[in-house]
Parts: sequence; structure tokens; C-alpha cells
Amino acid sequence: MSLDSPARGCRDTPVLKERGQREVFCGLTGIIWLHRKMQDAFFLVVGSRTCAHLLQAAAGVMIFAEPRFGTAILEEKDLAGLADANTELDREVARLLARRPDIKQLFLVGSCPSEVIKLDLARAAERLSALHAPHVRVYNYSGSGIETTFTQGEDACLAAMVPGLAQTQARELLVVGALPDVVEDQCLSLLAQLGVGPVRMLPARRSADLPAVGPNTVFALVQPFLGDTHAALVRRGATHLPAPFPFGEEGTTAWLWTVAQAFGVSRPHFDAVTAAPRARAAKAVAAHAATLSGKSVFFFPDSQLEIPLARFLARECGMLPIEVGTPFLHLGITGPDLDLLPEGPVISEGQDVERQLDRQHAAKPDLTVCGLGLANPLEAKGHTTKWAIELVFTPVHFYEQAGDLAALFSRPLRRKALLTPAGGKP
Amino acid sequence: MKLTLWTYEGPPHVGAMRVATGMTGLHYVLHAPQGDTYADLLFTMIERRNHRPPVTYTTFQARDLGADTANLFKDAARGAYERFRPQAMIVGASCTAELIQDDPGGLAEAIGLPCPVIPLDLPSYQRKENFGADETFHQIVRALAKPMPRSETITCNILGATALGFRHRDDVAEVTKLLRLMGIGVNVAAPMGASPADIARMGQAHFNVLLYPETGESAARYLERACGQPWTKVVPLGVGATRDFLHEVSGLTGLSPKVDESGLRLPWWSASVDSTYLTGKRVFLFGDATHVIAAARIAATEIGFEVVGMGCYNREFARPMRAAAKAYGLEALITDDYLEVEDAIAAAAPELILGTQQERHIGKRLGIPCAVISSPVHVQDFPARYSPQMGFEGANVIFDTWIHPLVMGLEEHLLTMFREDFEFHSDAGPSHHGAKADLRAVTDIASDDAPGADLAGGALPPGSASPRDTSGQKMPSEVQAPMAAAGGLLWQAAAERELKKIPFFVRGKAKRNTEAYASERGVAEISVETLYEAKAHYAR
Repeated sequence: MSLDSPARGCRDTPVLKERGQREVFCGLTGIIWLHRKMQDAFFLVVGSRTCAHLLQAAAGVMIFAEPRFGTAILEEKDLAGLADANTELDREVARLLARRPDIKQLFLVGSCPSEVIKLDLARAAERLSALHAPHVRVYNYSGSGIETTFTQGEDACLAAMVPGLAQTQARELLVVGALPDVVEDQCLSLLAQLGVGPVRMLPARRSADLPAVGPNTVFALVQPFLGDTHAALVRRGATHLPAPFPFGEEGTTAWLWTVAQAFGVSRPHFDAVTAAPRARAAKAVAAHAATLSGKSVFFFPDSQLEIPLARFLARECGMLPIEVGTPFLHLGITGPDLDLLPEGPVISEGQDVERQLDRQHAAKPDLTVCGLGLANPLEAKGHTTKWAIELVFTPVHFYEQAGDLAALFSRPLRRKALLTPAGGKP
Repeated sequence: MKLTLWTYEGPPHVGAMRVATGMTGLHYVLHAPQGDTYADLLFTMIERRNHRPPVTYTTFQARDLGADTANLFKDAARGAYERFRPQAMIVGASCTAELIQDDPGGLAEAIGLPCPVIPLDLPSYQRKENFGADETFHQIVRALAKPMPRSETITCNILGATALGFRHRDDVAEVTKLLRLMGIGVNVAAPMGASPADIARMGQAHFNVLLYPETGESAARYLERACGQPWTKVVPLGVGATRDFLHEVSGLTGLSPKVDESGLRLPWWSASVDSTYLTGKRVFLFGDATHVIAAARIAATEIGFEVVGMGCYNREFARPMRAAAKAYGLEALITDDYLEVEDAIAAAAPELILGTQQERHIGKRLGIPCAVISSPVHVQDFPARYSPQMGFEGANVIFDTWIHPLVMGLEEHLLTMFREDFEFHSDAGPSHHGAKADLRAVTDIASDDAPGADLAGGALPPGSASPRDTSGQKMPSEVQAPMAAAGGLLWQAAAERELKKIPFFVRGKAKRNTEAYASERGVAEISVETLYEAKAHYAR
């Protein structure tokens, strides 16, 4: 295991903090993947037509795959008198639950409009929980843009579930963060081979499988954007295992080894279990590192995955990060990745999109990682881009996805080389 | 509150963005929370624009609410002017900013920018996207257009095309060609392609061509009052409407309606014998009112379909919609709830749906072919190739687009003739659509297994997923579902087998007709005879 820290990592790099216009999603977008992960949950946004339109734009065609989410659109009369907003909500929820008896968890999701008019969804959730108990449990969290950025919606959702988890004294590992099912299965299989257990997941696929938590629980995060969930678990007495995130061969090994040490797994056994998948991952990444090595990369803020991904690209693919922008920086969570990220890039938190575009333009990076509102305009100016949202919607964690993760970054560069300029000869 | 899964229209500030993004030299400062920038990607992804929409969002966050969001707005407006130096600015609020009650118009006036600043009042909790576009364009025209002497040669303005408009790019090009042939130049086409300076010289045109009432009618009415410009009422969608439009223009200008129909092919394609099978095919129309009303005329008089249902999602046009539907003996469906549309389509059991992206999905669910005639649309309906809807080339495009989802004429006849042919049976789907043909063993043909039970590897129902559609849903079509008879009726096994021999594209209708016929006569068990008696009874 070659987890030698670089001569100097980025933990002590002064962070460029910016405020201004931001080009990011709000936390409501988390619903798009959370509703697939939690199979008996329904997400009801209380908001405006803008919220409904956003979900539709982000969910694309999925909206017709019988989605378990919707928007209770506020109308003029709801804004006029708040007393009846609760009556309206009760009626809509009752209709919804009558139509979908398979729903066991209902999330009332706050939005900018509901937060601004101070609609008390927390109390509404308590009232509705009592009303629909024991069949349905009603939670509340806010995915509003004024409070949350993109993946923080998942954080707010999971943090809202923590206080309601059962109490336990058992020493168990809790793996926290929504993963694609195929990746979750790989993770559980590796932990089982290492002899680490019992292992519970948050979120669970069904409400019946929700984990318990207590003073002997240790938890590891598989997503870097879970600051509030981390705090809520610590409040319940659980212990966090800080580790680099399981991206790439090195990241996955470091993450697993941190967990293995907490459960007393011996080094020889660890090596025996991980040797084969490590070799596979290294081989798969090497195929793409040829394209990526020596190329510079610039990250616009999007999901908080930027720091661990920059670490993966720098150390395993030989890329040179110029700026790593993140919407929010939580040192307690991404510190281990910052330690491994070689000194050099600007680490920026927050955004003034016009100024950041000026910096990107001046830096002329080989690859720019950004959102869909910026990607085509930058491509038209001759920059090569990788749209960032795909990194959240695609299986990218752990050994077997390491090659796929590298491919997401090498593909735009390979494509650029393939397409001959108009009129050029192939 | 209203529970909504899918919305036909965005909020009104998205309509304002469609106007701003279509124009040049105009900048929109939008008072909006972080996250509302999602709307940028409608333009950069769905329309594939190669530039960012000219919109500066204040992107206030919770921590700004206690402080001074008004100053945030002023800073954003100043910064946007400094950076982009627009000829004019529009300012307004999104739904959340409407609640915090800063006044963008007043604030922008207070900082005294050296360009015209046009405030927008777009009530987010009452109105929607089309209103937002129409009102924004109206306010820009009000602020900038002035009466002026007419141009020496006869010119017109073309009104209503916006960014994210269904085929607006090519419609404007096609209508410009039609007008040029009559000797009429285009003074300004707006909002799309126009700058504030262009808006200022709209007054010199002799008349206005209104292409899209949904997004340009208020401006047309204003220009009629302020600049004395008449405007065209006929939208040139379809052959007949295009000819009427040219006569209307002729009436307004005194010029003879010169046409070049050398490239017009729809009439002959429609008259040719391969199109005979289209006669009386039942079609359901839904979308924005303008496109639906025009499509009904094309369907009924130029292709020979039977219009069995029509409606629109934009209430502003409910009255003309109802009047148009009445002409076909129909009650118009005015709703923005796609579940109501789905129910109406299921009840009408059409053989073809002409609608929006939503109806495409509804069609997929019900196993009914569908073509798109109206916004909202997805990325595949912003094509690279020239594909107008208006004018004579538009008519050609419409013929191809509508006919493609149907089974081709000769294929339909062979399917009817060799009903349960072992490799050419109904479940194999149309030959020209992407679906894996599922060859059956000859012995399976008489089996009573519901076809489509194995959907994972089997053929898709007709009119199902386009290659771009990755929702992964392969719904059994209505006709593939196991036999369910209405009202306690029973199908005898032989009759059910006979029904399965009827080609899939009319099987649903045959089943429904037979059941209706049986229950009217108090027949409890449907036999092969009942099936054929009903067929004779309903013979067209």
C-alpha cells in the first residue's frame, strides 16, 4: 500500500472563499436519486412551479417511470392565509397516501418559498406522522436553494432520519451515503470477506431495514457531502472513521484499511482479500491514465466530490489540478483527501461564477469539470469539458468502478482527438 | 396547493428567459435564490446553445435574508451592466423573490444605469411560462418601439419566436422565404434574433406577422395601437393555412399572393395510393392551442384522419380552442394535468397521438404511436436538420413526421393478410422502428399465452421508446395485457384467439367495440360470432 503522503498536501492551503453569483443546483435535486434508493419512500416538495419545473428538468424522462416524488405547488390562496396551508397539505397527503398504499416513509421537503413564508413543515410532519401511524412515518427536511447546494439535499434528508433511528449498544459499522445498488453490494461483499461486521447502511433500501445507532456504533462515510449527517450521528454517540473517499484503487484501499483497522483485521488478511480487486482496478485505471497523464484540470464547484476526485486524478491518473472549487469545505470529512492531494492547486470554496470563469479562461486547462449550464458554452470557446452531474449519477465508487471513473474524464479528451475539424482529413 | 408531478409549462420567469436568451444585446437581472440557475441548462442542453443565457441571478442564500437582499440586487445589476454592457436590461423576480418583496424595478431605477431598464411584473403563483414570455416581449416593445415613418419598400415584422420555441428557428426562415417571394422584406424578427436597437425600429414596418400567439400577441396588439400596424391572424401551419395566410398578407399589402409550390409535396404524398390506409385513422391532439388547432385542420382535411379528441394546456387560449373543437363535434379538453390527458386518450382509444413530450410518454405507456407537434419538447425535437412546421416545407416535414410512427401502408396490409405469420406477427412491431423482432415457433401461434409477458427480451409495443429515451420502461401495451373484459363479460377461448388474429394496431378498438356491442345486447359470453357481428355493426 503506497499511501505515502506527498511532501506537502493541501490541508493547510489557504482557501479562496468567494461570494457572488452561483451556478449550482439546489438540494431538491437529491430527490432524483434518493427516491430510487429508498424503495418505499415518497418525496413531497412543498414549493412553487419553479420547484416542479426543476425536478422535471433534472429528472428528464424518469418522471414517467412512476416516480415517487411530486410537488405540492403553492397557490395564491396558500400565501394569503397560512392557517389553511396546513389543511391543504393534510388533504394532499391523505390523497397521496390513499393512492399509493405502498409508501412507508413520506418526506415533506422544504423549498425556498416554503422557507421564506415560514411554513412549519417540521410540525406538519409530526402531526401527519401521528395521523398516519403506524403505517407511514413522515419526516421533514429542507432542500431549498437558500440553505442547500445540490448533494447537500441528501445530507439534509439523512440527517433528518438520524434522530428517529432506534437505539442500540451493539458494535456495528454504519456505512453512510446513498450508493448505486451494484456498488453497495460490492462494498458489503468486501467488508464481509474482511470479517468486518455487522454492517448497516444509511439510507437503507427499505424502511424496515433502517439501522440502529448508539455509543458503540462506528460509521464511515462513502460520500463527502454528509456534514450534517455526520454531526447528527456524533450527537447520537457514534464514532466517525475519517478516511479518504473510496474513489480509485488507492482511495478504496485507504477507506477499507481505515475500517479494517477499527475492527482488528490483520494486514496479511487484508492484503489477501484486496490483492485481486486492487490489481484489477489499477489495470483498468492505467488504460485511461495514458490519456490523462500530464493534463491540467479545473473544477467548478458542484457536489463536494471535487476534492476526493482531484486527489484521484492527481495521484492515480497523473493529472495536474489548477483549481479545485467546492461549494462547501468540511475539513473533518475531506481532510484525509486534502492530505494526499499534492500542493499546487487553488482550493476555492463558494463561487462568484463570473470571476471564476475569468480564472478558468486565463488558466486554459486541458479539462474543465463543470455543470450543464456552463459545459456547452465553454466547449464552444474551445475548452474541453466534463459535465459534473454525471459523477453523482454514475456508479464510480470502489475497485470495480475505478476504470469507469477514469473513463469519465478521459472520454472528452479522446473525443476531442477523434473529431477532425470540419473539412479536415481523417 | 396542487399536487403536481409533471408540468407542461415552467414558471413565468422562464418565459422571460426565453425572450432574453433569444435576443442579443439584452441582459436579464433576475432576483432569485441559489438553485434557480437550473433553467440555464434548458437552453445550453435541450436547445444546445453555445453561450450562457444572458441572465444574472442574484442567487441569495438564507444568510442574506436577514441582511439586505435589496443591496444584493443593486450590486448584481451594477455588476451585470459593467461586465456585459447591454443595450437594455430587463429586471424582475422569481417566485421566491416575489415573496421577499424587494422591488427590482425601483431598485434598478435608483442606481441610474446608463441604459433603458425595463421592469417585469410576473405573478409566479398565478401565471406560467407562456404568459411570462408574452408579457416580457410586450414590455420590451412598449418601452422601446416608437411610431415612425413606414419603410419605402413594403416590410413587416415577424413576431413571437423565442429561445426554446418548438421549431421557431426554421419557421422564421421558412416564413421569411414565403414573404420574400411576394416582394415583402422582413424589417425585424423578434424577440429571437433581435437586439433592443432592432426593437426600437419596429415602427417602420407596414404590418406584423404573428407566428406564435402564445408568445407574441400582446406585442402585436400594442403595436397595432401605438404604431398603427395591422397583424396577421392566420398561422401558416399546413398547406391550406399557408395559402390562407398568403391571401391575408395580400389583403394587407395589396400585393398579389405569389407562391412557389414547386417544392410542396404533401398534397401528392397524401393523394398517392399508399396513403389510402390513412383514411379515417383516429387521431388525438394535445399541446399548445395554436399548434393543436392547426394540426386538427391538417389531420382532417389534408391527411384524412378522423380527429377524435383535442385540447390544450394553456388556459389563455381556451375560447378559440373550444370553438375549434366544436367544428369537429368535440368537447375541447382544457387542462394542465397530464393524468387527465392520459385518461382522455385512453377513453378515446386513438390510433395516433399528436402531442408534446408528455403525450409521447403516454403513448408509450398505452402502446399508441405518437408524433410531437408542440412544446414542451426534449432535445430530439431541436434537430440539426432544417425542419420547419410552417409554410410548404413545413407541410412536407409534418407529413413525414406524423406518418412515420404508423405502420407503413404495405406492411399494414400484409400484416392483415397473414395475421399470425410466424415471423411477421403483430408482436414483432413495425419494421422501421428499433425493436427486436421476437420470432416465434410455429407451434406457439395458437397458444393462449398473453404476448408480451416476457418484456425483457421480447418486442416492444408499437410506438414505444425512441432510442434516445432511456427511462428503461418497457410497458406492455394495452392490447398485450391479458384479457380483461369490461362489465363482467366473458370471452370464450376461441373468440379470444380470434381477437388475437386481428392486427395489433386495431385490436384494442375491436375488443372495445365487441364488448360494447355485447353489453348493449345483454350478451354475457363473447363468441367468435359476437366478434364478427360487432365488426359488421361498426363497419365504416
